[in-house]
Order: sequence, then structure tokens, then C-alpha cells
Amino acid sequence: MSMEKIIVRELNLWYGEKQALEDVNMQIRENRVTALIGPSGCGKSTFIRCLNRMNDRIEGVRITGKVEIDGKNIYDKDVDVVALRKRIGMLFQKPNPFPMSIYDNVAYGPRIHGTGDKKKLREIVEDGIRGAALWDEVSDRLETNALDLSGGQQQRLCIARTLAVKPEIILFDEPCSALDPIATGKIEELIHDLKREYTIVIVTHNMQQAARVSDYTGYFLLGEMIEFGKTKKLFENPHKKETEDYITGRFG
Amino acid sequence: MIGKKQFNAEAIAKRTLFLFAITGALILFLIVVFIFKEGLPIFNQINPVDFMLGGEWSPSKDVYGALPFIAATILITAGALMIAVPLGISCSVFLAEIAPKWARELVRPAIELLAGIPSIVYGLFALVVIVNTIEVSFDVPTGESILAGSLILAIMILPIIISISQDSIEAVPRAYKEGSYAMGATDTQTITRIVIPTATPGIVAGIILGMGRAIGETMAVVLVLGNVEKIPTNLLDQGEALTSVILLEMGEAAVGSPHYNALFALSMILFMIVFSLSSISNHIIAKRGLRPG
Ligand SMILES: Nc1ncnc2c1ncn2[C@@H]1O[C@H](COP(=O)(O)OP(=O)(O)OP(=O)(O)O)[C@@H](O)[C@H]1O
Ligand SMILES: [Mg+2]
Repeated sequence: MSMEKIIVRELNLWYGEKQALEDVNMQIRENRVTALIGPSGCGKSTFIRCLNRMNDRIEGVRITGKVEIDGKNIYDKDVDVVALRKRIGMLFQKPNPFPMSIYDNVAYGPRIHGTGDKKKLREIVEDGIRGAALWDEVSDRLETNALDLSGGQQQRLCIARTLAVKPEIILFDEPCSALDPIATGKIEELIHDLKREYTIVIVTHNMQQAARVSDYTGYFLLGEMIEFGKTKKLFENPHKKETEDYITGRFG
Repeated sequence: MIGKKQFNAEAIAKRTLFLFAITGALILFLIVVFIFKEGLPIFNQINPVDFMLGGEWSPSKDVYGALPFIAATILITAGALMIAVPLGISCSVFLAEIAPKWARELVRPAIELLAGIPSIVYGLFALVVIVNTIEVSFDVPTGESILAGSLILAIMILPIIISISQDSIEAVPRAYKEGSYAMGATDTQTITRIVIPTATPGIVAGIILGMGRAIGETMAVVLVLGNVEKIPTNLLDQGEALTSVILLEMGEAAVGSPHYNALFALSMILFMIVFSLSSISNHIIAKRGLRPG
């Protein structure tokens, strides 16, 4: 039995007048993969971006409730958002490597966080790339531009870049939606390996993917979390009718 | 058969557009031919190097050395860039990344308006405000000087540099910035390490465009430089820009005379500088590379 890493309490979020999250409660366990599913526009991205306070950057957003990480509410006034984001990595729907070399992409995080030593930096970069299962494909061309990689490689590079910051939690917002099935398979395998060391939250449109990679699943509908539980249970024996309709494809 | 008809319509449209494009290139070509035809004859009596590096310009003695004007143009342009580049880049970063929306919406049209003001108006402003201020603050007999030229040119090219830099900073994909913030980067780190390097080709293009404008500027410069045919050695010296000589002397030069040819040769120099600047800027934009971190 693992511990709760993140506890979300009564989370509400408004974009201006429009409420996008309503009284969300959730417990996310350490070293487990938690998947968030639900129809488009139900607030999955909004929710996951609350966990590293990326929504702070959007004008007109108002948030109430708590997100406790290791027992500390990250919305407290004394929280350093920059330090928080260092602990919580995030992957996006579209791979977004920076327009610089593969090496510089992975070195970006350690550099901004103060690693100056060349040798140390090189080690961190290599560990990151290996951790993202990309080393064999790029070790001989670390100086080439990251934008020349394939989509799947770019996404794994973004994972490497995140690992190099040594976070505790990694958030994935539909990391495979721009990838083909083979590249998707590689990312899923990787997520499976990563959970040994990291707590993982993944948003996905793909229910098979949720079933394959996650230990827990939450089903969102119109900004509310309808059901949350062990993935196997939620898929095989959902409590709520809405959940059942969605996973059996009878949704709206 | 409809297919064939459509194909014909398209072919006609294509040809028409091609014709317009060719016309543009043709006009450029004609301008070049015309300037060179009128300018080149001066090199029958003076070699190009002496023309460019000669320090004396006395049409009455048939002596034509363009160095004083080249020096003045280079100095006022360099001075203008030294002021306008740092200021322009800071302004554009501020407007694109930091300023609240209302400030952006207020400043943007103002800057566009500034870019549209006729240069003679800038010249009059400079004559009244800048020249007088220099006279008073440096206690010199006249404020007409290289410094005055640099200042007014800086003001004139600032809107160009700001608006082009701001556009290219705003064009930096949001995904890059989010990627940076998500790794725990601060605003400053994200701006200096991701945003500005990504926008650099656009910023450089803006600077070069501003530089071209400064070199070619005529009306504002002629009012504030003092127009003395002497190589300036000091910011408070008077001088005469390449454009100013042409403007001031073309009226009195007899068509076809050496003086007339020499003035056209000056415009050849201007043309070649501006042409190379715009080629460089096009090249940078086409390359769109990011300098290695
Ligand atoms: N920046 C924003 N400003 C205003 N409304 C927004 C903003 N971002 C999202 N929304 C709205 O909030 C709701 C939830 O959006 P969100 O992106 O979280 O959905 P999602 O579940 O991630 O959808 P998808 O599966 O399509 O990615 C939607 O109705 C959306 O229109
Ligand atoms: Mg989404």
C-alpha cells in the first residue's frame, strides 16, 4: 500500500465567469500511475494544470480549494511556484522541444537550476536521455537540432528534459495524441518503468491506454469528477451509470 | 471539359501574377541601371578608391572626395543604433511579455503612429527641441551636430525596431514558454534563454531594417547636422550626410557635369549599402536558425 502523494480537496476553478472544475476531490498515490479520462472539454487539462499551478499564468483564472502535496497546500501564499514546478514535471499534448540541440534541451533544466559543472551536467543529461529510453537513438548526435527528431523521439526528449530536473511527480497531458501506435507503445512502456521512481498523472483520451498504463483512474464529466478508483475496477465494474456509458462507448 | 477550363483560368491568373512580380523586379533593375549610368562616368576622372576615401569635396575645384559624408552617415547611424537597439529590444520584450494587456493596447497604436509621421516633422521637432537642448546643456555655439542627428534617427527607427521585435517575440510558440515554466524556470530565465534567442532572427531583421532607414533618411537629418563638408571627429561636430549632399547640391549641378555624376555616384554608394543590408536581413530571416546555447 503506497502513500498519498497528492490530495485534492474541494477544488473549484473558474475561467472568468465560467466554472470549469467543480468540487473535485482526489487522492493520488505515490509511485502509481493515475489516469484521468473523460470527454473533450470536461476539464482534464484544466485539472492537471492545477497540480503544478500552470493555470496561474492564464488571465482571469480563479481557484478555490486545496491541492496538498506531501501534506502542504500548494496554493498557500508562502509557496514558491518556481520551486514547486521544479518538483513537478509536465509533458504536453504536442511535443515541445526547444529549438536548440538535443543536449541543450536536456541541459536546460539543470542549467537554470544552477548546475554549472560541465562533467556533472553531461552525466545528468545522459541519465535523463537514458531514463527516457532515447539514448540508443541519439547518443551519436546530441549536438543536432532537437526539431529534426521524429515526433515520438521529440516526446521522449521532452521526458528526458523533465527527468533531468529530477522531479517527484510527472504530469502527462495526452502525451501520445500526436503520435503513431509504435511511438505510443514506447511512451507507455516508459511510463510503466517511470512509476518506480515517480508519481505519475496522465490525461488520456484513449481508454485502452488508461487501462494499460494506470493503476487508478478518474472519470471527469463537465468539470466534475464522477468516479475514481482502481483502474481495473472502474473499467470492469463501474459504480456510476455515466462512467459505464462512457467506457462502453455509449456516451452522448 | 470543366477541368480543362479551370486549368486555363488558373494558368491565366498565374501568368498575370508572374507579370506583376516581374514588373517589380524590372523597376528595381531600371533604377539600378539609371543610377549607375549617371554615376559611373565620374570614375573616368577619379578612381573609385580616391572617390570613397578622399577627404575634400569641392565641386568648384572639381575635387570629389566622399569620405566626409560617408563618415557622417556612418557616425549618425551607429549612434542611432547604439541608442535605439537596447531601448527597442527592452521595449519590445516589455510589451510582448510583461506589460498588461491594456498597456499593450495603448502603446501599440502609438508606436505605429510614430512610424508613420513624415520625416520632415521629426526634423522640425529635432531642430526645436534636440538642437536647442544640446546648445544649452553642452554650452556650444550650435547644437546642430552628429549627436543631434543620432538622437533624431534613434527616435525615428525606434518604432521599426520595437514593432518588428515585438512581432517576432509574440510569434515565439506558447509551447516553448510553457515547457520552460513547467521545468521551474523564472520569467527572467524564460525570457533570456528561450524567448529572446528564438526571436533573434526577427529582432536582427528589425535592427537591420532600422539601420537601412537611418542610412537613407534625408529630411530630418539635413535639418540638424549643420551640413559642413568636413570629416566629423567628435559627437558635437557638425557634418553632412550622404543624403544631405545629394539633396542640397542636385539643384545646382548641371545635368551631365562631373558634379552631377559625382552626386549620382554617392547615391550608388547609398544604394549598395541599403541593398546589402536588406540581403543580409533576408538571409537571416530565411535561415531562422537559433544560435547554439
Ligand atoms: N484559457 C481558457 N479560457 C477560458 N476557458 C477555457 C480555457 N481553457 C479551457 N477552457 C474551457 O474549460 C473547459 C475545460 O477545458 P479543458 O481544456 O480542461 O478540457 P479537456 O478535458 O482537457 O479537453 P480535451 O480532452 O479536449 O483536451 C472547456 O469548456 C474549455 O473551453
Ligand atoms: Mg486537454
